[in-house]
Amino acid sequence: MAKSYYEFFCPVKVIAGHKALEHIPFELSTLQSTRPMVITDKGVVAVGLLKHVEAAFAGAESVIAAVFDDVPPDSSMQTVRSAAAMYRANNCDAIVAVGGGSVIDTCKAVNILVSEGGDDLMRFSGAHNLKRPLKPLFVVPTTAGTGSETTMVAVISDTEKGVKVPFTSYFLMPNAAILDPRMTLTLPPHITAMTGMDAMTHAVESFTCLAANAISDAYATAAIRKISENLLKVMDNPADADARLELAQASTMAGIAFSNAMVGMVHSLGHSVGAVCHLPHGLCMNLFLPYVLEYNMDVNGDRIGELLLPLAGADVYATTPKHERAQKAISTLRTLRDELYERCKLPRTLKETGKVQESQLEQIADLTLNDGSIVFNPKEADRDEVLAVLRAAWA
Amino acid sequence: MFNSEKALPELERAYVNLMMGVVGRGLVSTSQNDETVRREISAFPAGYVFQMVVMPSGPAFSAEVQADGTLRLLKEFQGKPDLAVRFKHMSHAFLVLSFQEGTARAFANDRMYVDGDVSHAIRMVRCLSRMEVLILPKIVAERAVKRYPAISLGEKAGLAARIYARVALNFVKGE
Repeated sequence: MAKSYYEFFCPVKVIAGHKALEHIPFELSTLQSTRPMVITDKGVVAVGLLKHVEAAFAGAESVIAAVFDDVPPDSSMQTVRSAAAMYRANNCDAIVAVGGGSVIDTCKAVNILVSEGGDDLMRFSGAHNLKRPLKPLFVVPTTAGTGSETTMVAVISDTEKGVKVPFTSYFLMPNAAILDPRMTLTLPPHITAMTGMDAMTHAVESFTCLAANAISDAYATAAIRKISENLLKVMDNPADADARLELAQASTMAGIAFSNAMVGMVHSLGHSVGAVCHLPHGLCMNLFLPYVLEYNMDVNGDRIGELLLPLAGADVYATTPKHERAQKAISTLRTLRDELYERCKLPRTLKETGKVQESQLEQIADLTLNDGSIVFNPKEADRDEVLAVLRAAWA
Repeated sequence: MFNSEKALPELERAYVNLMMGVVGRGLVSTSQNDETVRREISAFPAGYVFQMVVMPSGPAFSAEVQADGTLRLLKEFQGKPDLAVRFKHMSHAFLVLSFQEGTARAFANDRMYVDGDVSHAIRMVRCLSRMEVLILPKIVAERAVKRYPAISLGEKAGLAARIYARVALNFVKGE
């Protein structure tokens, strides 16, 4: 049934392809920026990715006014304030994020401070508390998974109070996302696999949960097709720049889909396991995806069945009877997980992670019930049902 | 001549105004009579303020968590609540409060947004859903919640009677 009402918003310019980085100086100049600041982390610098960005600026006789490379894996208020101070000290006029989710979230928060003034980020926490456009923000993702380059959310840790503070505003959305295959070419196999499954889950959940809409569906299914066709290709040949670019695009498309259609219980469980057992987000997505789809199947099996086409291709879709498509779509995802396990030992069950105790499942279930994404799951889940899914995913 | 363009918004406003009162008082009363909701509310610190409001300036109700895990309605609350669920328009509030659109569906349809900790909002939505299941006829409650739970008629009738009695009393007392 068509959705009776929906909203779709994505003002992020996507600049994708070979030599995409070289477009940054021109794109900044169209926004009257001449002194951009790059914000990144030590890991990005260590593997030489920043050099690609610096070379792109040098080739255009443009300057990078400052580089802040001290973003930790979980960004904090203190990090945001330090980066904002560097921005101001160097008279910068735009921000270029080069990194993954933490770097991107940091940049969004830094942009609040340098645009609004002051050091009190908390004034703008919560939903829609920004009232005007911020400074130009460009994002160069170095993983193909989070989709943060297209979202209006940033989460920053307040380490003093021990809480994570969310910021939501249309004005947090970047001006541009630059997808250049050079930036993901050196990702190690297990990170490629995890982030690929993160993007896959964004796409699958945005298609199968309550806020799915006609436009997000188009992005979601296109992203699923690209991941299905290219993830194993990249695992087998990590230097395949074309396939890397396909994954980067898929991640951004999945980001556009889920930022408009939200996600469901795979994320609720994943956030909770991540919080209790400190497992990477992409791995958590891989752990739960088939089990949650199986749980939801009696409510939205028709939607899950539609995913067989982008997951397995036209031949498999056409030769699978309609009533078997949902189960076949799930088994296709299971096969993909098996293939990834074979290539990089990406765990498929909680037990395989070696970092989750069975005794922790009840605590994980309690957190799952209060996770924000559970409201968008198509099927209601009580504590016993969440525990049942966790036990299914145990071994 | 009857002008439906003008009259309908006024009727919606009157209905939403009334229902905000019913839902606010209903939630307070449910927290006093139902162990499930009291347990949920107990997870919030005493003094925590929850607000449901129609933008830009109401109707609204605000409720404060008490030390014993119940809620108390706040009259004329002007401060910043710890958690606010804001309907973007009167018509959206009407859709939800007339049970044409369930709470989860309304979130999915962007009819309202949360200002505050989203996990707290999920807890509050569970309380609202529980209240709806208890006080509404099954045929109506089924439209409001994602899944109607297994609850015996006896349990429902007993709790509903106590909740309605308290709501009526509060209306009479002007609380």
